[in-house]
Amino acid sequence: MSALLEVRNVTKRFGGVVANANISLGVERGEIAGLIGPNGSGKSTLFGCIAGAHAVDEGDILFEGAPIKHLRTATIARLGLIRTYQQTRIYGAMSCMENMAISAREAQGGLLSLLRPVPPATSRRAADLLAFVGLHEKREEKAARLSFGQQKLLEFAMALMNEPKLLLLDEPTAGINPTLINGLIDRLRRANSELGVTLLVIEHNMRVIMNLAHRITCLAHGQVLAEGTPDEVRDDARVLDAYLGVA
Amino acid sequence: MSRLSDWHIAALLALTGIAGPLLLPALVTQFAFLWLMIVFAVTWDILGGRMGYNSFGNIVFFGIGCYAAAVIQRDMGLPYFEGLALGLVVGTGLAVLAAALLGSALLGIRGHYFAIATLGLTVASGEIAAGWNYVGAGSGMALPLYPGALGERELFFSYSLFAVAACCFLLCRWLYSTRFGLALNAIRDDHDKADAMGLRTTPIKIFAWCIAAFFLALSGGLAANMIGFIDPRDVAFAGATFGVWMVLMAILGGKGTLWGPVLGAVVFHITQEIFWTWLLGWQRVALGALIVIIVVFFPQGIMGWWAERRARREAA
Ligand SMILES: Nc1ncnc2c1ncn2[C@@H]1O[C@H](COP(=O)(O)OP(=O)(O)OP(=O)(O)O)[C@@H](O)[C@H]1O
Ligand SMILES: [Mg+2]
Repeated sequence: MSALLEVRNVTKRFGGVVANANISLGVERGEIAGLIGPNGSGKSTLFGCIAGAHAVDEGDILFEGAPIKHLRTATIARLGLIRTYQQTRIYGAMSCMENMAISAREAQGGLLSLLRPVPPATSRRAADLLAFVGLHEKREEKAARLSFGQQKLLEFAMALMNEPKLLLLDEPTAGINPTLINGLIDRLRRANSELGVTLLVIEHNMRVIMNLAHRITCLAHGQVLAEGTPDEVRDDARVLDAYLGVA
Repeated sequence: MSRLSDWHIAALLALTGIAGPLLLPALVTQFAFLWLMIVFAVTWDILGGRMGYNSFGNIVFFGIGCYAAAVIQRDMGLPYFEGLALGLVVGTGLAVLAAALLGSALLGIRGHYFAIATLGLTVASGEIAAGWNYVGAGSGMALPLYPGALGERELFFSYSLFAVAACCFLLCRWLYSTRFGLALNAIRDDHDKADAMGLRTTPIKIFAWCIAAFFLALSGGLAANMIGFIDPRDVAFAGATFGVWMVLMAILGGKGTLWGPVLGAVVFHITQEIFWTWLLGWQRVALGALIVIIVVFFPQGIMGWWAERRARREAA
């Protein structure tokens, strides 16, 4: 296995707040990696740094061995690194199918390639992926009319439509009906095994992340607190302390 | 709207465009201005309705078209139609170039700041033209006389502007059916998300403005010749009238819908003509009141109001 993503000693400050302090972590090609930590520990900020939304103050970020720290968000996305947002971001006034169509890889092409209708094959794939996340019935609905949980699923499907190499998911189960969470875990696994997408997942639901991830990194106060297999991290006293607020 | 009624509207407009000036010769100039208004509203909607960039600077491209035609026709010593044709080619070329350059500078600005920046652009353009002797400065420019018979001139420009409006509408309709149209909507709905999904937002935005600039300059060259005279601030860079009307017409009809801007232009133009005929002296006040009414009561436009009404009826 080779490292698909390498975060090296990344520091990110917002004014006086050090949101990420000297963070290092790696994601291997093909794995499902987990990122946990209490509220405000800097998880979403790290996603922003990796995806090019924040300018990193110190450190380096390598994707497939090449530095991406100075690249713009769109360029990083075109390399095959896509992220989803904690608050979910979809194109509200467009239908689910349109959201999917414009998320396809070929929509990243130049102007000339855009001056064509959506090919039928793309529409079919869009419909299949919407069915995959359970939104097929809603495919002609405006995205803004979906519930928060449904928007979360749509955003996930849009990311898959893009066929990324690495997908950063920020709390994919937030707002999802608890009875549907097992189904979602299954879909995340299938995205990884069948579609070949490497995943880095932020998750607050411990049951979900312990079930899903091969390896977990735990942040606290912007620093890496612990790293290891789900069992190792779960049994780590520092992690328990961080979550229970004792530390 | 169903496909059938789409064709009904198109047929009605085409019939008006072709037969209208012949059947109602007294209204030829009115028809010509109607087509001009449609070009204004439809081109404004490319950015304003589809892409979420409210521009108060589109009139600049119209003005460039006006002046380019006037200068070429004055200086090249060509016969009337040759001069006009060259003027249109140069005008559209310059306007598209201006859109590309201004777009690279301004389209990075988001939201209200973009609207304000483009408003500044309009004001600055008017001032520059009004102070520039080469283009007649404050006294404007006269265009050469149309060579044909007396009534023919209006007919010629009415048909030309109709052709421009029709081409503009059809091109936009096609654009909106492509991935490019979806990309515009994506930028409107969430620009950051569009970037994060790897869309090439900068060239997309610039290209969209270039299309608007092309048709505005084309109509500018024709309109200048039809009016026969261009004033820097009242005709070419008429931000307070044409520049604001484009926005209003698109909003009135329904931003971001296919027929909305066309419908808005028709309703607005007719209403305005009625004001001029019946409320002489008060027409500007009435127009101001109309603007307020549009913005307050029809924020979704006629098309939006229509869709809502239909949805409510279906629900009942
Ligand atoms: N744009 C910003 N400007 C200023 N401070 C910020 C910004 N974004 C995040 N922060 C701060 O950085 C710290 C880390 O926030 P971040 O959102 O990364 O945490 P998180 O681990 O994702 O938390 P949660 O689990 O609640 O989503 C917090 O103290 C937050 O207030
Ligand atoms: Mg977060």
